[in-house]
Amino acid sequence: MSRILKDPRLLLLIALVAAVIAGIGADQMNPYYRGVVIDIGIAIILAVSLNLINGHTGQFSLGHAGFMSVGAYVSAMITLTMQKSMGADELTWIFLPALLVGGLVAALAGLLVGVPSLRLRGDYLAIVTLGFGEIIRVIFQNVEAAGGASGLSGIPRMTGLAWTFILAAIAVYVVGCLVNSTYGRGFIAVHDDEVAASSMGLNPTRYKVTAFVIGAFFAGIAGGLFAHHKTTINPQVFDFMKSFEVVVMVILGGMGRTGGVILAAIILTLAPEFLRAVAEYRMIIYALLIIFLMIARPQGLFNFGRKRKPLAH
Amino acid sequence: MNEIPQQLVNGLALGSVYALIAIGYTMVYGVLRFINFAHGDVFMLGSFTGFYLAPQIAKWFPLPSWGGWVAVMAATMIICAIIGIVIELLAYRPLRNRPKLTVLITAIGVSLLIQYTCQHQAFFGASQKAFPQLLPSGTFSLGGLSFNTTQFVVLGVTLVLLAALTFIVKKTRIGMAMRAVSHNSAAAALMGISNSFIISFTFGLGSALAGAGGILYGMTYTGIEPLMGVSVGLKAFVAAVLGGIGNLPGAALGGLVLGIVETYAGGMSGVSTYRDGIAFAILIIILIFKPTGLLGSKQIEKV
Amino acid sequence: MKPESLLVATLASIFGILSLTGCKSGDGNTIKVGEFASLTGKEKTFGTSSHEGTELAFEEINKSGGVLGKQIELLTEDNQSKAGEPANIVNKLISRDGVVAILGEVASSRSLEAAPIAQEAKIPMISPASTNPKVTEVGDYIFRVCFIDPFQGTVMANFATNTLKSKNVAILTDAKSDYSKGLAKYFKEQFAKNGGVISSELDYNGSDKDFKAQLTTIKGAAPDAVFIPGYYTDVALIAIQAQEIGLSIPLFGGDGWESDNLLQVAGKAVEGHYFSTHCSPEDTSAKMTSFVAAYKAKYNKTPDAMAALGYDSAYVLAEAIKRAGTTEGPKLRDAIAATKDFEGVTGKFSLNEKRDAVKSAAILQIKDGKFKFLETIAP
Repeated sequence: MSRILKDPRLLLLIALVAAVIAGIGADQMNPYYRGVVIDIGIAIILAVSLNLINGHTGQFSLGHAGFMSVGAYVSAMITLTMQKSMGADELTWIFLPALLVGGLVAALAGLLVGVPSLRLRGDYLAIVTLGFGEIIRVIFQNVEAAGGASGLSGIPRMTGLAWTFILAAIAVYVVGCLVNSTYGRGFIAVHDDEVAASSMGLNPTRYKVTAFVIGAFFAGIAGGLFAHHKTTINPQVFDFMKSFEVVVMVILGGMGRTGGVILAAIILTLAPEFLRAVAEYRMIIYALLIIFLMIARPQGLFNFGRKRKPLAH
Repeated sequence: MNEIPQQLVNGLALGSVYALIAIGYTMVYGVLRFINFAHGDVFMLGSFTGFYLAPQIAKWFPLPSWGGWVAVMAATMIICAIIGIVIELLAYRPLRNRPKLTVLITAIGVSLLIQYTCQHQAFFGASQKAFPQLLPSGTFSLGGLSFNTTQFVVLGVTLVLLAALTFIVKKTRIGMAMRAVSHNSAAAALMGISNSFIISFTFGLGSALAGAGGILYGMTYTGIEPLMGVSVGLKAFVAAVLGGIGNLPGAALGGLVLGIVETYAGGMSGVSTYRDGIAFAILIIILIFKPTGLLGSKQIEKV
Repeated sequence: MKPESLLVATLASIFGILSLTGCKSGDGNTIKVGEFASLTGKEKTFGTSSHEGTELAFEEINKSGGVLGKQIELLTEDNQSKAGEPANIVNKLISRDGVVAILGEVASSRSLEAAPIAQEAKIPMISPASTNPKVTEVGDYIFRVCFIDPFQGTVMANFATNTLKSKNVAILTDAKSDYSKGLAKYFKEQFAKNGGVISSELDYNGSDKDFKAQLTTIKGAAPDAVFIPGYYTDVALIAIQAQEIGLSIPLFGGDGWESDNLLQVAGKAVEGHYFSTHCSPEDTSAKMTSFVAAYKAKYNKTPDAMAALGYDSAYVLAEAIKRAGTTEGPKLRDAIAATKDFEGVTGKFSLNEKRDAVKSAAILQIKDGKFKFLETIAP
């Protein structure tokens, strides 16, 4: 078992096959469960992509929802425009390109945010990424073509189980391979000690920007899936709380632990569904849980592996 | 055409409140090097403390009056200081030597906990409440500009508190201890300074300022509700970073700049809709050119 | 356990749970109605009001014997004022709980998220207070009991021209709210047709507390009146601050103003201002007073417009079930569509072919700390 899990390509193959099978069976599934499972897949993509920025590279970003919104808006605008001149069958072929374009534009936004990160670190970077997220939100709120405050609705419902999990598997694979490659060790080096990394001849700037661009790309893909899953988006969806939810997944999973982060994404997406009965107290429980876990298991709930030495500051 | 100076008056009043809260952010950051995200919610609790205290205090001091106002201010500041100390004790102290990120997430957790608990019907409830009138109202015009008492009071209180704070930090023994802990907590501990006490004190002081900000905000804008701390807290945080986080006059300056810019933006047709984004845009531009903020000192990376 | 194996175990157990796809409970003694509302989070005030209205209505209906000899069971889910939630909730209500109809939501954006799901499942949905025209355009299973933005915007523009006799109006819009933006848009169109001038257009962000910047600019432009299509929480503060800076011209707005909270918070500052709303007290005074009394008895506060609309949406549904004699989707849909001259607390109304409520708007003025009826404007 563990040897299979060690080979990422095999794992990817298994995941892809499982996703396709699940996709075939999805029609028989209760729509509620299907919807929640798709939510989980989207959360996994978000968490894994943020993990590259926050966990592996150690750049604290609070603007993931902003990247997500770019992908969501761009891909939704493409399919909404194409929908007018196309049948449902033809539209299926547009879906993946639309997602990719959304991801690419989000990656471009990631580049924009990555550049100031050359000069800023820690809390300053956190507030700048948060600010970028808010600025993106305010811009969408005022662009008539993006529907202004009411956003876009009537987006074709095209996100299926298969699509979501194929893309989630690819995201996990890409991030995993990137970090485990010789090149990718540089992300961790930048995370552990930027000064030492640069004195070893690594270029921290390049790593940071790469992390932002790739992270933003997958966040954009997740946004596109979200838009075509919920069929309605508006600027309020992608506020600071959305970014924070993803940050919590990454931290709870154990920064830089892919398996743990995926697990956290699953649990934190399912938890609100299980807590429906106590709706009034849901957020209070969530907040208490965060505080308690940070005190009890600060290294992340699912971080059992190699202990990184806490950095001396 | 009195709008431009009139907007300056409006902007100064808004900026003063930002400044008061930003100072709290900056102080905690200076000592503990972490962002206390729950600070905006302590500010909200300050408003509500004033709201519930005013009728009680009115039994001794008829409100609105200057005496009553001072009493409400003082009581609120004390209560908020206690709240701040308790939050630190329960949520942050167990994480003292943990990575900063852990504490930051905990702080956001505390913030959510306060917001949603207060929103619950058993506490304040979600609906907006009218802040009671604490000061005799007076609007007067001067050279075509209209001022009211509150605007003067807000600006005055901010200046006085800032001066008092600077005095505490720069001239008193406890201030010296605060600076020592900020500089090097381990060395300070070796010198016989109780880190825990200093940190509690800092939290208390910062929270008292947030409480004062809550009262002044309530007096200026009247409406208070449990989620009011979110956007004000965020703006104040931006102000603190703008001025150079960890720097007291910087936070005050950042607050005033932000208040004035936001007011001018809000009063401009076609720009007002971008008001929320403008604060951040300015922040990003300033940080790109001056990464440590307006008054922040350059930090040298130690290896 | 290693995290990887823990992960596999969790995934396996999730798929295990999911394979037990939902079984509808076959309890035939109640009729299940689903409701989704924002009971926590940013828009808690509005969501709670409409929910309480709905809850009260079903309680009354059940007390008087229910419908079709059965009691109505209201299943309410909170969406935390958050996008993404309504889709899950409505999916759950329909496919797992087996509700026969959906009631909800105040915010158009969240109704728009839920509507396609209800439409696909052929389960009728009635929105109490989503005023964006797009909501009912989703399909023939989607209804609403409130009026739509174009109607109210037009009404207020005519009111400004005819009653207020203003030629020069400033607009202060909530940039975050599609309701506010919608009203402002239709107001502008009609007001321009009437020959009026918009002297300045400014925006705020919902739940802002500082409006002095905008109001100072408006004062400088010297309009005859200010149109504020916002919610009462913001309007109360706008009115107070307008008074403080000495802006003493009429302010007027839409049904978002109607709440006792406006009077409590703003007090004298809203005195003399105007807004349009659903109720015309002449037609329904008996209904309205009994509703207000029942609501006060149950919740210990005066109902606002959202509560009244939530109440009406519940009664429209109950009546339609009675008329249809069944809870089957298509038949219930037809029965709701046939709602005519319904006597609600928000006035007498019918549903038109676009499934929107057609009712007259009432203009109220705030006088002596109370809402006073001024005039009715027919659709």
